[in-house]
Amino acid sequence: MAIGGAVTTGRKVRWGLVDILVVAFALIPVLWIISLSFKTKDTLNDGSFWPQEWTLKNYADIFQTSEFLRALVNSIGIAVISTVIAVVLGTMAAYAIARLEFPGKQLLVGLSLLIAMFPQVSLVTPLFNIERNLGLFDTWAGLILPYITFALPLSIYTLSAFFREIPWELEKAAKMDGATPAQAFRKVIAPLAAPGVFTTAILVFIFCWNDFLFAISLTSTTASRTVPAALSFFTGSSQFEDPTGQVSAAAVVITIPIIIFVLFFQRRIVAGLTSGAVKG
Amino acid sequence: MSHRKGKPVLSEGKKAERRLGLWLCAPAFIVMIAVTGYPIVYSIWLSLQRYDLRFPAQQEFIGFANYGAVLTSSYWWTAFGTTMFLTVVSVAIEFVLGMALALIMHRTLVGRGLVRTVALIPYGIVTVVAAFSWYFAWTPDTGYLANSLASGGAPLTEQWPSLFIIILAEVWKTTPFMALLLMAGLALVPEDLLKAAAMDGASAWQRFTKVMLPVMKPAILVALLFRTLDAFRIFDNIYVLTNGAQDTGSVSMMTYDNLVKGLNLGIGSTMAVLIFITVAIIAFLFIKVFGTAAPGTDDGGKR
Repeated sequence: MAIGGAVTTGRKVRWGLVDILVVAFALIPVLWIISLSFKTKDTLNDGSFWPQEWTLKNYADIFQTSEFLRALVNSIGIAVISTVIAVVLGTMAAYAIARLEFPGKQLLVGLSLLIAMFPQVSLVTPLFNIERNLGLFDTWAGLILPYITFALPLSIYTLSAFFREIPWELEKAAKMDGATPAQAFRKVIAPLAAPGVFTTAILVFIFCWNDFLFAISLTSTTASRTVPAALSFFTGSSQFEDPTGQVSAAAVVITIPIIIFVLFFQRRIVAGLTSGAVKG
Repeated sequence: MSHRKGKPVLSEGKKAERRLGLWLCAPAFIVMIAVTGYPIVYSIWLSLQRYDLRFPAQQEFIGFANYGAVLTSSYWWTAFGTTMFLTVVSVAIEFVLGMALALIMHRTLVGRGLVRTVALIPYGIVTVVAAFSWYFAWTPDTGYLANSLASGGAPLTEQWPSLFIIILAEVWKTTPFMALLLMAGLALVPEDLLKAAAMDGASAWQRFTKVMLPVMKPAILVALLFRTLDAFRIFDNIYVLTNGAQDTGSVSMMTYDNLVKGLNLGIGSTMAVLIFITVAIIAFLFIKVFGTAAPGTDDGGKR
């Protein structure tokens, strides 16, 4: 560390080597699944890290099966709807927690904390039966409801941390300068709050996109099975085929949105995770 | 909160504020209670019954017999031991690696943005995808690791190698998350304090243990608490890597198997309740024994 020492070339090289180690550690499993997805059937089992022959056939195959396309549509739909609802409800609650005095505030904060720590599998058994009785089992709503529930603590903590940092006095100043409350909100507060809301949406989306336990316990057909669950049941385009290449291709496809988020919004994701979790 | 304290408060305004606060929180509150509260009560109720969906006619209230059956089952205790082992070992490794990664991300002189971006990728990757990557890597013939390291064996068909591969997958996936939480703690360490310690002749290690760790303690405990509870619910990795074979199943897997494969709601609920109780005990120990401040309980105090 740079305490009491000059930044020398030697130090830079040493840090550079450490950085390369970290990057390799983080990327190797990702590169490996990408590499598998481009291998031909004959070279799939050659054990080499890079494909000896490249092919796009695995991708062509999965997009020809209705199973994968259906799961992809389910994943996108369920994750987007859950994210929108969780962020809207979370924003309302977080605004109230950060800005207003009302009874039951501590109760809500405590309840969110409890749910954040809750073992999800403990809910699977009762939800399985309740949803079967209500006709929600194996539907989009049947997954959206638990996703919202577990995403809410995340969005309430992250957003209330963001909201506390907003200089709310600006709103008052704008009103003094003659703005209506609506104008003050739209021109002053909303632009300040938007990045926090957006960051929270990304974190919630990643959470919903990632879920596996609910996805395989509360679905039974392609009607609502998401890609992570579908992957684990994937048998390839015919039963007699080794699905390794196709599983890898499907895995790469569902990884793409996350990689895009990480590349473009790295700073915001870091800010969201750290402020929500520690300053919460 | 405190922003409003300076203002003279009219009781009408105060009432309106309370009403607005309640209305804004009501939807979130209702969803959380409806999806967790009722099912928890229902789960406790189910756990006191013989209730197997394959034999619905035999449903009856049997008191604590399910608890007796689960708690005397060697399968349950094997799964419990496995889960505890995986939790303790992976969180310990994650903590050490996460602290190193946090220091690297915080201090590196070159490519800080690149390191921070790339280190986030494992956090974002779907756990099942990462698990498949490790699964294929350790599959004989297919995988680069199986061929180069395991010398002809099939590590995922043996208990101990499987457990270590599960830990490897878990550590890879969650170290960045741990590192980010710790980095937030590092940001709280005053630079002046480190400089002063360096002037007084403290070595790098002494600065780390005597200055940084004490200041970071709240952040460290929150990170450990959350990761421990998260690791205890391990499911995805095991499901893909071994599907619980060779005694590598966790309590979550066992509950899932009893429920979805066995359709035994009574036993499944009993396990669910036992897991819930275990998690509550772990959280209680962290908060009482280690003095973790529960996030959110000291509203505003830390600002």
